[in-house]
Amino acid sequence: MRPILMKGHERPLTFLKYNRDGDLLFSCAKDHTPNVWFADNGERLGTYRGHNGAVWCCDVSRDSSRLITGSADQSAKLWDVQSGQQVFTFNFDSPTRSVEFSVGDRLAVITTDPFMELTPAIHVKRIASDPADQSAESVLVLKVPQGRLKINRAVWGPLNNTIISAGEDAIIRIWDSETGKLLKENQKEEGHTKTITSLVKSPDGSHFLTGSLDKSAKLWDTRTLTLIKTYRTESPVNAVAMSPLLNHVVLGGGQDAINVTTTDHRAGKFEAKFYDKILQEEIGGVKGHFGPINALAFNPDGKSFSSGGEDGYIRLHHFDHDYFNIKI
Amino acid sequence: MTDVMALHASTEIPPGEIISSDDEENVLEEDLGFGNIILVDNLPVVSREKFEKLVSLIRGIYGRFGTIKEDWMPHDPNNNKSLGYCFIEYNTPQEAELAKEKTNGEELLPGWTHKFAVNMVDDLAVPGTEVAKEITPEHSVDGFAAGGNLQHWLTDEKVRDQFVICAGSDTEVLWNDAQYLKSELFHKRNLWNEDFVQWSPLGTYLATVHREGAAIWGGASTFNHLMHYAHPQVSMIDFSPGEKYLVTYSRHKSSNSSDANTIHQVEVNIFDVRTGKVRRNGTLNDFALGGPIFKWAGGKDDKYFARMGKNILSVYETETFLLVGKKSIKAENAVDFSWSPTDTILALFAHESGSDNKPARVTLVQIPDKKELRQKNLFGVSDCKMYWQSNGEYLAVQVERHTKTKKSTYTSFELFRMKERDIPIEVLELENKNDKIIAFSWEPKGHRFAVIHGDNTRPDISFYSMRSAHNTSRISKLTTLKGKQANALFWSPSGRFIVLAGLKDFKGQLEFFNVDELETMATTEHYMATDIEWDPSGRYIATAVTSIHHMDSGLNILSFSGKLLYQILKDDVFQFFWRPRPPSILSPEKEEEIAKNLKKYSEKYKEKDKEVPKLLREKARGKRRMLQEEWEQWESRWQRLHEEDKLERLKLRDGEDSDEEKEEFEAQELEIEELLDVIEEVVSFDD
Repeated sequence: MRPILMKGHERPLTFLKYNRDGDLLFSCAKDHTPNVWFADNGERLGTYRGHNGAVWCCDVSRDSSRLITGSADQSAKLWDVQSGQQVFTFNFDSPTRSVEFSVGDRLAVITTDPFMELTPAIHVKRIASDPADQSAESVLVLKVPQGRLKINRAVWGPLNNTIISAGEDAIIRIWDSETGKLLKENQKEEGHTKTITSLVKSPDGSHFLTGSLDKSAKLWDTRTLTLIKTYRTESPVNAVAMSPLLNHVVLGGGQDAINVTTTDHRAGKFEAKFYDKILQEEIGGVKGHFGPINALAFNPDGKSFSSGGEDGYIRLHHFDHDYFNIKI
Repeated sequence: MTDVMALHASTEIPPGEIISSDDEENVLEEDLGFGNIILVDNLPVVSREKFEKLVSLIRGIYGRFGTIKEDWMPHDPNNNKSLGYCFIEYNTPQEAELAKEKTNGEELLPGWTHKFAVNMVDDLAVPGTEVAKEITPEHSVDGFAAGGNLQHWLTDEKVRDQFVICAGSDTEVLWNDAQYLKSELFHKRNLWNEDFVQWSPLGTYLATVHREGAAIWGGASTFNHLMHYAHPQVSMIDFSPGEKYLVTYSRHKSSNSSDANTIHQVEVNIFDVRTGKVRRNGTLNDFALGGPIFKWAGGKDDKYFARMGKNILSVYETETFLLVGKKSIKAENAVDFSWSPTDTILALFAHESGSDNKPARVTLVQIPDKKELRQKNLFGVSDCKMYWQSNGEYLAVQVERHTKTKKSTYTSFELFRMKERDIPIEVLELENKNDKIIAFSWEPKGHRFAVIHGDNTRPDISFYSMRSAHNTSRISKLTTLKGKQANALFWSPSGRFIVLAGLKDFKGQLEFFNVDELETMATTEHYMATDIEWDPSGRYIATAVTSIHHMDSGLNILSFSGKLLYQILKDDVFQFFWRPRPPSILSPEKEEEIAKNLKKYSEKYKEKDKEVPKLLREKARGKRRMLQEEWEQWESRWQRLHEEDKLERLKLRDGEDSDEEKEEFEAQELEIEELLDVIEEVVSFDD
């Protein structure tokens, strides 16, 4: 499996997202400019200029017309995917960390970091189909009881009825997206013990996977928030992905960026590790990055995946034929 | 009861002797009361041959009072003599009572000087009963009571070993279930110790060190608190080899010294392990606390210990805790000494003295008579290290000398044969005597040793034997391995195998070498390994990364041949130790016999061993099937719910059916056959 190396960012990668058709790959990095690439050959299509800070997260609408990005410049922006034009800017008083469109793309959930006196919050915005009607008003603002600790991911639950959030306090919470009431928290005993860095839903939304600095990833039932599986690895997990095709999950990470230069690259374990989703057994790993892996994404067709690293590279992997015949 | 008596009691009958005896029934009896058992003391001490005679005599006498269910006369394994007492168990307590009444204070035979001292085992709460306490833990009063059989772990059905691992604030004792490629938790505690833990030398106790002192733990099914030893700010503890005494050290700044020139004081307490009483304590001035200041003589007797002072060597004995012969040994310019691991012989190294031109020398002194067994003068010495072979058969003295120009040093070894007449000495020089010695290690219980020497980046490793092919008293070189990445040697405790390890700069390179065949069995790596330790049986080896490197800390368990069996990953591991085992109670002859007929003995384990992998495979398959089914159930349940939501989802998507994406992509197996070429040939065959 020969990866395609995509060098378009000057700073560490933060997030990767495929559109639904699986032909476009959107990448966010600590430099201020998200990129869009052909998911097949890794050719860069364009950039989205306008942010003035690290871009932490993005999402693309189902019809691939709109892109939403969240940035440390205290804004979230809506973009026209094709022209690269800014459509709208949501301004906040603190950096935005996570963004996601709802089912149907009429809502977006945006999280903001704690900043100065502000505590972290989850905002729900209505997305107008015509940009002219777009309003900056929040439909709902959830104040999250985690003090100064960041929310790293907030995503929509089934039928947009709920919002699932996770972050530095290592607790997963499910909120009612209508009333803003806290519905569930995960059982402490079975939960993560350190910061949850990433959260990804299964294609049908039935379960989701969280990765944490406690060197594990956990699979949860979306409705009941019960723990289904735990995957243990040797290094902190920064990114997770789930194959839409096979029962595979991928964990990416590596030792803290602070420690990278102090040791041999072998020690870093900058590897994307594949696990059997059901049996929880390790299948294999894909090496290559020179720093921790910060972002992972599966192509919706399940035949390729890409990883983004602290090293500023995106590595796009099309699976070999052998991959589809792995038996354990 | 006085301490001396307690001491006597425990010297007479080492706890291991009772428990490790094969007599299972004695262990079983513990479940019942002891009302029907009597202890008959003041018997003559007899040798093995007269054992039967005495037993039958006693049976004759005590048979008169009832039916003897069981009798048992313990003996001292060291000299095979009886210990002067025996236990008799009757069917009923009444019979025992009667026997006691009739015989207590009576003579064994008319005119015999021995008068029976008979006690009910249950009543033993009077002086001289320490022995009884040990075997009837329920009736004992101290902390040892609750522990049960302190050597219970040795009776493990699967003959596994234990190890302790301290990580963060957790301390765990685990079984090494290597056959099943996993570890099994035996005991876990949070905040068990404040500083560190340490096994006692025979593995009976786990000592935990706290700010206020040390405590020991042990027991059959868990770790019970047995005893604690108060010593504020204790920083080092040291058990005597037979576990009778515990020496605790702490270092303090001397109060009357200025900061610029701090003199350190070392406070020492010597405790009796079982009673917890301080036997001796004191403060030593001007000592660096590099290792234990008091060194114990080898062997299980714990009779002598010694410390070195300026130009003197003080040897103490533990009966009275006074100097042997009431005065120290004069040892001018002495810089180092070490005990033989088995005998009460110590080796003393003294530097040359400038004033009267005396050369440097190594002296072997026998204790308690302080006789000089052997002395060797050495010239131009700059440094000297002593290595004893584990059976005390050989002593190697590594001598570093200055070259004539005094610019560099070269090394040679003086090898003492301790068990031969007059202790012959041989000098061994490496082929390149300017080679720096990086490590030296004796084969445990064996006659071979390994040396790492030469260049720091690519050192050589040489193996020598104290025997040559034709002559058992000549040294021969076995082989030299050139240019290895190793700086530490780890012999298997049963000899034969050695791990050549490259720690620190070599980043955890490991080579498993078979010294019998002189071949490498495996090379592997545990990245940045800091600690390597063989299990006491020599079957497995553990390599660990302790938190010095604060990442990927954890433990690998490998087989003796270097195959990775399983890993334990944990954050902040800072200590790892195998639980030591007491020495085998088999005689060396018996051990040799077993080694010779290993096939015969191993037969019965073979079948069992074969079953294990099969069992493991089946278990794994079963587990997978179960997981798979569980998952499918869960999925089907979810799909039903998903279907029910379909309408609402359609509405959210403006009527666009979004559920088809499940069917959009699916794994398909395609088989493509391509016909490349067809050739038709007529093949003739003759009949």
